[in-house]
Amino acid sequence: MSTLLRLATAGSVDDGKSTLVGRLLFDSKSVLADQLESVERVSRDRGLSGADLALLTDGLRAEREQGITIDVAYRYFATAKRTFILADCPGHVQYTRNTVTGASTADVVVLLIDARKGLLEQTRRHLAVASLLRVPNVVVAINKIDLVGYSHARYEELHDDIAAAARALGIESVTSIPVSALEGANVVERSAHTPWWEGPTLLSYLESVPADGSATSGSAAGGTALPTSEQPFRFPVQSVIRPQLAGGAEYRDYRGYAGRVASGTVRIGDPVTVLPSGTTTTVSGIDLLGASVSQIFAGQSATLRLTDELDVTRGDSIVSGELPVLTQDVQGTVAWLAEQPLRPGTRLLLKHTTRTTTAIVRNIGGILNLGSARLEPAEHLALNDIGSVTLRLASPIAADEYARNRSTGSFLLIDQASGATLAAGMVGNALTGAVHPETRPLNYAI
Amino acid sequence: MTHSASSPPQPADLPGTIVENRERQLPLLDALEAEAVHIIREVVAEFERPAMLFSGGKDSVVMAHLAAKAFWPAPIPFPLLHVDTGHNFPEVLDYRDTAVERLGVRLEVARVQDYIDDGRLAERADGTRNPLQTQPLLDAIAEHRFDALFGGGRRDEEKARAKERVLSLRDEFGQWDPRNQRPELWDLYNGRHRPGEHVRAFPLSNWTELDVWRYIEREAIELPELYYAHYRDVVERDGMLLAVGPFIAPRESETITNRLVRYRTVGDMSCTGAVESEAKDVAAVIAEVAATRITERGATRADDRLSEAAMEDRKKEGYF
Repeated sequence: MSTLLRLATAGSVDDGKSTLVGRLLFDSKSVLADQLESVERVSRDRGLSGADLALLTDGLRAEREQGITIDVAYRYFATAKRTFILADCPGHVQYTRNTVTGASTADVVVLLIDARKGLLEQTRRHLAVASLLRVPNVVVAINKIDLVGYSHARYEELHDDIAAAARALGIESVTSIPVSALEGANVVERSAHTPWWEGPTLLSYLESVPADGSATSGSAAGGTALPTSEQPFRFPVQSVIRPQLAGGAEYRDYRGYAGRVASGTVRIGDPVTVLPSGTTTTVSGIDLLGASVSQIFAGQSATLRLTDELDVTRGDSIVSGELPVLTQDVQGTVAWLAEQPLRPGTRLLLKHTTRTTTAIVRNIGGILNLGSARLEPAEHLALNDIGSVTLRLASPIAADEYARNRSTGSFLLIDQASGATLAAGMVGNALTGAVHPETRPLNYAI
Repeated sequence: MTHSASSPPQPADLPGTIVENRERQLPLLDALEAEAVHIIREVVAEFERPAMLFSGGKDSVVMAHLAAKAFWPAPIPFPLLHVDTGHNFPEVLDYRDTAVERLGVRLEVARVQDYIDDGRLAERADGTRNPLQTQPLLDAIAEHRFDALFGGGRRDEEKARAKERVLSLRDEFGQWDPRNQRPELWDLYNGRHRPGEHVRAFPLSNWTELDVWRYIEREAIELPELYYAHYRDVVERDGMLLAVGPFIAPRESETITNRLVRYRTVGDMSCTGAVESEAKDVAAVIAEVAATRITERGATRADDRLSEAAMEDRKKEGYF
């Protein structure tokens, strides 16, 4: 049975991300003949000796002209073990928001560094983004290892650099793999030039890493190290389904709450709480897209029926287990993605699960210095800044800390006038770990 | 459709394999289905006047099937919109009308032919009408004041589509600006837009051609017959097999042959090619698609062969 793994690439511009993705697609035989012909034709027209695999993913006119990736490209490939959705994210600093986008849904981030250049500011930034967004697993591909003579010593040196940068962010240990995307070394096929490398190839790592929301260590204390299905039950209500007469006489009185299980599991008969009202009831029926079932779990879209007739509407949550916090005051960490700066007093919209409410920025708690991984005082947040903020909301949200639940702990900040998405937000002070590394749960240990 | 508005729910439990799965991970098709349903429900909840593009092609058929499941036991709460090039395969039009009746939805049709008849659009030299669909589409959106339009586009189809968001904003001219797309974070879809703007929603973004076929098999979804191998009079042109009929006549150097073919995509008859195939049922098609070395658009769409960025250029103008 094939399962799905979502991965995102990250790393600085020119570290070879698109080439690596092209190599993964090509060596896993996911590139079809007409796509390859097109790439070969364009490569020839440009006077290149071989096929430029980056052209497989750089699909926009401007990307091909400039030879850079501007926007996230999604690619699909499958092996006998897994199906992969790959978000190929641009490395240029002005496109950091795309890395945030790719990382937000990723089970794994593949962070590239150029073996000749080592850790760059963008590498640190992307490591911080992956850490903040609680991507369950991060693997560092030390690329262009052929250009440093497949040197074991250079690999070790870079691995130590990365480990130090990761420790500053509270990440206990990282996995790294020496690769050459251009030569195909240790991407899909093991390279004869790195006999000293005993670890997995990149593809075999991706085939075996957990894709259930947990980290490989499995021993991490709390946080998102738990598989999503083992967290408390959370079911944000998308809409109320009431066919009245349209569904036939049999369903005249049908009333179901449509949504997708954000985490946990629920069975018929389970006691549940409806938030924000706080009313309790039990689950009387579960319809899995037309089929009656006794249980559903994280990731499934379904319709719940409740024993009591309650006032439940879009934006409410049906939950069980340890309750989320119902609050109008949110302390959060945001990745600011807009040109205009974020200042205290700004009015915005906040979208959390299926609820959108007005928010006002009370306070900016600080900005993350990527070099030192410390929080520093700040008056405002500018494009690509990561900082901590306090928000006051017009109506309460039922939120979990992002560190405990990536779905019910995340929010968007939206411009009221243009509707633009301004920030990726995470409930709770995710930056605490950056300031006091020892308090940070270990989510990346291998 | 196995789950139409009138069929009662079948008591069933989750397959044991899922419950016993230690990782509690949804199998691929279940994960894709759950994601698509979530997207469809979000759009219906957040927009005032959504509609779904429906051509009778396999992707739009799967999308409508998902919509029926998403709102069961209520009917699909929005109309379907077909942009009719006037060069349709007759069996696909028949299929479209039957499907619309079975789903109990309203169908709106925007006709390219009307635009050609009254001179608002001119026939192209190459005879293809695919690029001509943009204006009737945008006019229909304005006329019906649709603020969200579901499309069956998949990111694996084409490299410009690979860059597109699940919820993709169109400006007041219907244009897509690939360099200025909103970040799409977690599963929080932001559909806010200014008056005059609208949003295209792609619930099948993460599906591949093979996923679509496996889902069609699993759900026993009926398709127009031309998706399966049948004998047809064709001419070979630019490496494609085009059906001889009212819109395609053999040119001087071409000869008509009767071959066993099927269609991988269904669009405008004048620019959609057939492929030679012996796949007469879903299982055979799945085996064929799994083994193919050519993408479906590369094999069958003349309009995408115009240039490296043909799809991007059409999309920027407001195409699907």
